[in-house]
Amino acid sequence: MTAVLEAHGLGRRYRRRWALSDCTLKIPAGQVVGLVGPNGAGKTTLLHLAVGLLQPTAGTIEVLGDRPAASPAQLARVGFVAQDTPTYSGLTVADHLRLGAHLNPGWDARTASDRIERLGLDPRQRAGKLSGGQRAQLALTLALAKKPGLLILDEPVASLDPLARREFLQSLMEAVVDQGLSVVLSSHLVADLERACDYLIVLIDSRVQISGEVDHLLGTHHLLTGPRRDPARLPEGQQVISASHTDRQTTLTVRSEGPIHDPAWVVSKIGLEDLVLAYMSRTVGAERRPALEVQR
Amino acid sequence: MIEFHLDAHSGVAPYLQLIHQVRQALRLDLLSEGDQLPTVKDVVGRLAINPNTVLKAYRELEYEGLVAARPGLGTFVTRTLGDGSPATIAPLRRELQRWLAKARRTGLDDESIEALMLTTFRSATEGEENIA
Repeated sequence: MTAVLEAHGLGRRYRRRWALSDCTLKIPAGQVVGLVGPNGAGKTTLLHLAVGLLQPTAGTIEVLGDRPAASPAQLARVGFVAQDTPTYSGLTVADHLRLGAHLNPGWDARTASDRIERLGLDPRQRAGKLSGGQRAQLALTLALAKKPGLLILDEPVASLDPLARREFLQSLMEAVVDQGLSVVLSSHLVADLERACDYLIVLIDSRVQISGEVDHLLGTHHLLTGPRRDPARLPEGQQVISASHTDRQTTLTVRSEGPIHDPAWVVSKIGLEDLVLAYMSRTVGAERRPALEVQR
Repeated sequence: MIEFHLDAHSGVAPYLQLIHQVRQALRLDLLSEGDQLPTVKDVVGRLAINPNTVLKAYRELEYEGLVAARPGLGTFVTRTLGDGSPATIAPLRRELQRWLAKARRTGLDDESIEALMLTTFRSATEGEENIA
């Protein structure tokens, strides 16, 4: 399978701080990829590197087989909707479509006008007068009408109310079916991405903690509860992601390719949100929780 | 035509929920042979889920022989689920009722009975899966 995005040892430094370090990724085509992590984790930096708005300090990145923004052809194949789905508030909806048509060689006017009609947007309306949800849909329309092979969206639903959020993701998923495009979208909320994405990248503290197909991630992570014991004594191949203890009980989130056979553990499935939280607590744990005892 | 819905908190994978709802609709005669399932675009447009989730569910149903995809037209039901005939269900229900009465006599409350059924059911199904 071809990769839509491939990064090796990718890093970006702002002055003395690394916003992204040692990022190695290979995202297969035809998937909807969720990039999730807390605010300030480096999500926007990674996305800006992917569209060529930033240059790497270290390592390499290729998008659709070429360096980001390497040529007009490469630019035409990647759609980008920046954080908070920006539009020009003084321009009307129709102005936005005209602008899109002028700036993009592969512009599909039909797709654009059909979408605007289906959304019930008035072409004469200024973007500044639109609701947040409508503005987001307008930004999405512009990105889709340039017919990209890969669409990158930075926190597209963060500022939307739940209904607008749902509607935005609905039209995004419909576009995936219609246009067969690959999508990378970021969010600091797993719940936003849970249904829409089939591939997940967890980015915390400027580092990729884990990435892979959602089904695979859910199948290889388990929640174990049992009598208290030292997580360091687990069999090989079982990696502890997070651990918490009471004086009697131990609860672990464990990553393991094989099944857990130890009868002392009650093994349960883990949801995507808990999985991401387990990775988050791990990085917090490394800094702030030196000893196991402190966690009680 | 049926409409799918998803329970985000059930812990059951979305594609399994879709499969379950089709099977359930077949059992309840909401779907019968020749009926069309919603198109992938309809489902993702309604539930805001990943298209591959729907494709996976439909593939699985096709593999089970319950539906068939007709290119360019959609996915259609090819047979009904025949395991629901009253003749087979009635005796099973009677047996279950006898068992329930027995469980109550031993002093188990409804919650404990339900838990017992569920854990037994799960371990039995898991056992089958391991063999298969």
